[in-house]
Amino acid sequence: MAEKTYREAIIEAMAEEMRRDERVVLIGEDVGRFGGAMGASKGLFQEFGSDRVIDTPISEAAIIGSGLGMALTGQRPIAELMFIDFSGVCMDQILNQVAKVRYMLGGQVKVPLVIRTQAGAGKGYAAQHSQSLEAWFTHVPGLKVVMPATPRDAKGLLKSAIRDDNPVMFIEHKLLYNTKGEVPEDPDFLIPLGVAEVKREGSDLTIVSHSRQVLNCLEAAGELSRQGIEAEVIDLRTLRPMDFEAVKASVEKTGRLVSVEEGYPQCGIGAEVVARVAEHCMDSLDMPPIRIASKDSPIPFARILEQETLPSPRRIVERILAARKWTRHSQDSRLAV
Amino acid sequence: MRPLLSDHIVCREIYRKMRLIRRFEERVVELVNRNEIAGTTHEYSGQEAVAVGVCTVLEPEDVITSTHRGHGHLIAKGGDVRRMMAELLGRSTGYNRGKGGSMHIADLSLGIFGANGIVGAGVPIAAGAAWSSKIKKVGRVAVAFFGDGGANQGVVHETMNIAGIWQLPLVFVCENNQYAVSTRVTYATAGSSIAARASGYGFPGCIVDGMDVGAVMEAAQDAVSRARSGNGPTLLECQTYRFHGHFTAERALGIRYRTESEVEMWKRRDPVNSWGACLEELGYLNGAERDKLDDEVDKLLDEAVEYARSSPWPEQAEALEHMYVTRYPGLPAATSL
Repeated sequence: MAEKTYREAIIEAMAEEMRRDERVVLIGEDVGRFGGAMGASKGLFQEFGSDRVIDTPISEAAIIGSGLGMALTGQRPIAELMFIDFSGVCMDQILNQVAKVRYMLGGQVKVPLVIRTQAGAGKGYAAQHSQSLEAWFTHVPGLKVVMPATPRDAKGLLKSAIRDDNPVMFIEHKLLYNTKGEVPEDPDFLIPLGVAEVKREGSDLTIVSHSRQVLNCLEAAGELSRQGIEAEVIDLRTLRPMDFEAVKASVEKTGRLVSVEEGYPQCGIGAEVVARVAEHCMDSLDMPPIRIASKDSPIPFARILEQETLPSPRRIVERILAARKWTRHSQDSRLAV
Repeated sequence: MRPLLSDHIVCREIYRKMRLIRRFEERVVELVNRNEIAGTTHEYSGQEAVAVGVCTVLEPEDVITSTHRGHGHLIAKGGDVRRMMAELLGRSTGYNRGKGGSMHIADLSLGIFGANGIVGAGVPIAAGAAWSSKIKKVGRVAVAFFGDGGANQGVVHETMNIAGIWQLPLVFVCENNQYAVSTRVTYATAGSSIAARASGYGFPGCIVDGMDVGAVMEAAQDAVSRARSGNGPTLLECQTYRFHGHFTAERALGIRYRTESEVEMWKRRDPVNSWGACLEELGYLNGAERDKLDDEVDKLLDEAVEYARSSPWPEQAEALEHMYVTRYPGLPAATSL
């Protein structure tokens, strides 16, 4: 174990996989000598050269499309999309080509393609560079969607994504790159896709989240604990396939569900989590579920406005404390008072 | 005449393939009209010289990406008409096990990377295949077929640019059949021609008589040799015409945007008949031999239709298969009903 940043964990995951398997290549805008717009491919060009770390013009559709062509001809490409917001200019390739080709061809092909991108607000990048659009991709059969919250998860999940024979949307968060944490150094350290992790155990309510909001949830859980409420925080880590069993087990234990995400509220990840809980373990719920998401607006520029739209530890705590009045079982000593 | 065209066997095979495409499409129209083929198809009739001219100079391991009007490309690259017909009838013996239909037929083992329902979308995929060939030094050439409609898609321009900067072994074959659905190429194309656009990307482009299979072969031979010897891409704009409408039911619906005289003018240049007549004139094929070839083609298609009709439907459960390489348990409840 060594302490690493999220950025270093991403670079290390790619470097290890590129050393392990020469079919792994990285393609994208400014990923080469420049080291990536977020610095998340620093050093790879120097180690692996221009045949495996490939700079492209600003041509997102051609990046994803040629990444697919590489994947169909024996490579295991990682295509970097600088901002998830840019998926709009290559959505056809993701939605209609990458995600569907195996299915449409009756299983003739495997598509070992990772689309690495980053999402999230908090840096004053305004409406076209700050979105959390992960819900879009979870809607599409054929894709896997991964969104790590910690350096350890980033490394283990990215390595698994690169070794996966299916197309994976691997979504980093721009505010996480400098966060630090313990990261295993074993080159075969993997975290399986589709497995959530309980990041904090608790008995009173279940908070389901992913990506950077997991950190906010943990901070909120600390504050709630000081007020006598023990929250369990589940990090979904993979959004498709979603580890609903982990959510269900926790909700059955706590009887209360809160979902927290940075994406837009309508048809978001929280909507899916709440719907599945309603379908499969409604009887376990002691209070109506709470969905916390960004405000239903484009992300504004000015810091004071941007912060207004985003979930925060304070907001999470306030929403949960305000929900006490909804509690059905008034004998519950902590949430019902 | 080039050496290849002095070979009687090659010339006859070219005739047989063009005739097979023409008669295949005529069968398809019948089957669509009888509702044996669901949805719609886009017939290739009239453009046979392009597919056959290009694919005749390709090696088996060379890659093509095709379009929504793809039957001709598939037959020309060696596709089995029985499995194609079975796919069109939605049977389990079809190339895609009934999952794809007309717009998605593929056979990776023949280098056929698929027809494509999205205009221009196959082009970057061909670039990815060409990139793999260049980097792995396997000498494979990729051919991206697209139409005059596709020529105006952004991703096609993006791909021409990257093919130019990376000097990819890629041949862009634009089949200018004069109409994108109902929109005339003269209206939709700025500049003097589609071929002229190549110079903007730093590689040669030329206009080819797409009704003359000999001319197409000659141009394709040059372009493919150029690509294979590491001298980069070429754009061929093959001037051709579709004898049917944009899609099968157009005539029945009474949709008219071309004059009868225009259609008749192009039909007088029918590439299949004129090649047959040319071979008779050269003494490569006499009338009786031509009739025999025609009969063999019809017999093959009888067999193909019979094979398709007698093939089983896919199992209903297959609707949920071939999405991911390994099935995972977390599919949303609604899809696992």
